[in-house]
Amino acid sequence: MTKLLEVNNLSISFTQYVQGLNRHDSKVISDLTIDIDESEIVAVLGSSGSGKSLLAHSILGILPYNSNVTGEIKYKGEVLNQGLKEKLRGKEICLIPQSVNFLDPLMKVSEQAIGECKDDKEHDEKKIRQREIFNRYGLDESVDDLYPFELSGGMARKVLLSTALIGNPSLLIADEPTPGLDKKSVEETIEDIKNLKEHNKGILLITHEIDVALKTADRIAIFYSGYVIEINTAENFKNTDNILHPYSKALIDSLPRNGFKLTEGVQPLDEVSGCPYYENCPIRLDKCENNIPKLINHDGIMIRCFKYEEANDES
Amino acid sequence: MSETPWYNKGLFSSLNLRQKTLLTIGLTGLVLLVIFICGTLINANLPTDFSIKMQPPTFDHIFGTDWMGRDMFIRTIKGLSLSIMIGIGASIISSIIATILAFVASVNKFCDSVVSWLIDLFASIPHILLLMMISIALGKGAFGVIMAVAFSHWVNLTRVLRAEVLQINTSEYVALSKKFGKSKLWIAKEHILPLILSQIFVGTLLVFPHAIMHESSITFLGFGLSPHEPAIGIILSESMTYLAMGAWWLAFFPGLALLIVVLLFDIIGDNLKRLFDPSQANK
Amino acid sequence: MIKINSKKLVKFFGYKAIRLLILLIVIAAISFIMIQLSPIDPVKAYLGQRIVSQEQLAIVGEYWGTNLSLSERVIGWLQTLASGSMGFSLIYRVPVTEVIVQKFTASLTLMVVSWIISGIVGFGLGVIAGAKEGTLVDRAIKTYCYILQSTPTFWIGLVLLMVFSVYLGWFPIGLSVPIGQLSDTVTFWQWLYRLILPAITLSIVGIASLTMYTRDKLISVKNSDYFLFAQARGESFWGIIKNHGIRNILLPAISIQFLSFNELFGGTILVEQVFAYPGIGQATVAAGLRSDVPLLLGIVIVSAIFVFVGNLLADVIYQYVDPRIRSEDDE
Repeated sequence: MTKLLEVNNLSISFTQYVQGLNRHDSKVISDLTIDIDESEIVAVLGSSGSGKSLLAHSILGILPYNSNVTGEIKYKGEVLNQGLKEKLRGKEICLIPQSVNFLDPLMKVSEQAIGECKDDKEHDEKKIRQREIFNRYGLDESVDDLYPFELSGGMARKVLLSTALIGNPSLLIADEPTPGLDKKSVEETIEDIKNLKEHNKGILLITHEIDVALKTADRIAIFYSGYVIEINTAENFKNTDNILHPYSKALIDSLPRNGFKLTEGVQPLDEVSGCPYYENCPIRLDKCENNIPKLINHDGIMIRCFKYEEANDES
Repeated sequence: MSETPWYNKGLFSSLNLRQKTLLTIGLTGLVLLVIFICGTLINANLPTDFSIKMQPPTFDHIFGTDWMGRDMFIRTIKGLSLSIMIGIGASIISSIIATILAFVASVNKFCDSVVSWLIDLFASIPHILLLMMISIALGKGAFGVIMAVAFSHWVNLTRVLRAEVLQINTSEYVALSKKFGKSKLWIAKEHILPLILSQIFVGTLLVFPHAIMHESSITFLGFGLSPHEPAIGIILSESMTYLAMGAWWLAFFPGLALLIVVLLFDIIGDNLKRLFDPSQANK
Repeated sequence: MIKINSKKLVKFFGYKAIRLLILLIVIAAISFIMIQLSPIDPVKAYLGQRIVSQEQLAIVGEYWGTNLSLSERVIGWLQTLASGSMGFSLIYRVPVTEVIVQKFTASLTLMVVSWIISGIVGFGLGVIAGAKEGTLVDRAIKTYCYILQSTPTFWIGLVLLMVFSVYLGWFPIGLSVPIGQLSDTVTFWQWLYRLILPAITLSIVGIASLTMYTRDKLISVKNSDYFLFAQARGESFWGIIKNHGIRNILLPAISIQFLSFNELFGGTILVEQVFAYPGIGQATVAAGLRSDVPLLLGIVIVSAIFVFVGNLLADVIYQYVDPRIRSEDDE
């Protein structure tokens, strides 16, 4: 069966100039593999600023020009090249952006939700649909004429969600949908996203909030230092014993209700030659220092760790 | 894939950006130095030869000759070196003014508002008019021009330096020095000046093209140097008389030479700026 | 729809009016002092080559106040100004106000025409360069601006004059009015015909800075989150440039264009000199060279007002047209 979205071995790096005008290549995403089904929510969980948003940008084909991309993305079994991305984005694949900064500050929000139209007829049709969706989220007609800076936090979030739904997409990418929201709004957002799943949509949720990922997603991919180190079901994440990677365990242990045990050390910024978690790993092997483990399937769980690679070999 | 300016493309593509930038600065500086030195070595009283007056460009006289048979190429070089000299003098003075004002502004709130008010005041009269007024007030001639250009070009650099000083002043290490009981003067000398030195240097170089251009402008209008000092502005203003006769070379080449000199200084300033502040190269 | 808070408006303009008043007094005083300090002797300048007796010299001297102290003269000059008079022009032998009104009107046409041309062309080129950042088109426009910024205004005028007037003979070499004709008998076409070259010269100069500004602004819009989102929503590239790019850079660009009144006035002085266009620029140069002190001081004051108005308009655009700032202090 073809998946809604398949990402295979995606790597993204940037060329930059640093002090004294010397070139420097920095890798942001390495060997990322992930897939999403219809009516499924997959969360990519990683610390903020770790570049996981670039996964979204890469799927939508909006990476900056100084980026180098390798790997393959498939949508409904078809390879997503730049041309197809441009055709599908905004229609089949939609982005729910993280903040009101993603709206044009000088354009009324209803017009932004409607977006670009070829003629007045298309505009009128979309206007009706925009009203419908705004109504669904409790945004009355007075909101239509507001500028983005006039929206309250909760309203802004609903408007952002609405903009993604105008085109009736199959795949939604929510990039940090809950930053700085109060508890009630976060709950609402989670409900809204889950609700979309009921409408047969696949959702890629990119977040750094463990709680949100646990409550919303069906499966969670742990993103560490540019690598996906484990993809497990949200169900398994509720019990530390069912999690395989030492970092994932540490992460779940750090949750307040689990006693708030923080992981030691920080994620390496420079490129390492071995396993990215080598420095902090409690169960490291000698070969972990200079070899990067592959993402493998271990009893239906995707894991990037030599310990399980060996276990697989033995069985 | 950084975007390099047009003059950095092609010829030296095998070098990296840093080497290219340094090479550009070196080459441009050399060209300007040669022009300047040649100019100062030339005697201002050129031989006149009426048998070859008003000749269009030939291989003997590549910029042509004027109404007294003087070689326009030599006159242009002489004029350029004069312009460069005035430009250097004016830029240095205006940077000194800017630095002093930036520090004065950092003393206290009152001084700061006085400096801002001065900036507003000088920006409220058209540049050329200000230049005219100062050069009239100081008496025309080289001194008047240098002062006029200096006193009308400190505004932008002062704005930049003032902001910079303000930022350093609020930094933690300055606060620490204050706690150790260091005087304001000590902090200014030991902490702030070394940090803004590169800014002052680049700022001076960036004032330069404007200084030269405005010097030639007011000289052209008749307020700057006297006709005995053959600056580019004078040469161009004299050429107006012969324009209708079709003596295009009298105006074309000296102006073009001036443009090139201004452009070269611009290139040096921009490249140095990029070397000190690489964030622009990433664009 | 633009809602305007009238209370804020009154406060805004009241504040600006006071600022202008203070500015004018200071400028009038300083420029007067500067002229007084200069080696120019107003009495000699007034008398020119005429030979006069000592008694007459003393009378004229008294008229110019050479026997008074500097501060007395400054106050006297400010009092004259306050009474609405700027004195008597020495060159034109009419009140300074009259000269300025007449000359400034002539220059205003020139300035307005080139201001509009440079605004439209500069903005257009900036949008193209910014949208096509890094391409050959962008580099060509950037190079063009780079060179223009290093080119003296008057030399551009000279080159245009050489090409179009001397070589091609399309335009007259000088004078806004054909010789032997009174200025009010000139037809509109004759006048327009003589306006073209100066206006083009003046606008060429203004284009460069506006283009570079527009380009940089558009590039920063292109790097913004909302540009990215519009792309993610599948809007076409030029559609985004039109709907989001121009929408966001038009106001700042217009403001910048208003802030350029300073350079516009300076450019006019040079351009009028090259093309012998009888406007405020020529009057300025004549007043300066022939020591017509009252006229020169009058022009300084008028130019300061002109620049101030430009800055004020730029401010108004920021304060009252941009919805973000407009609503800020509204109750």
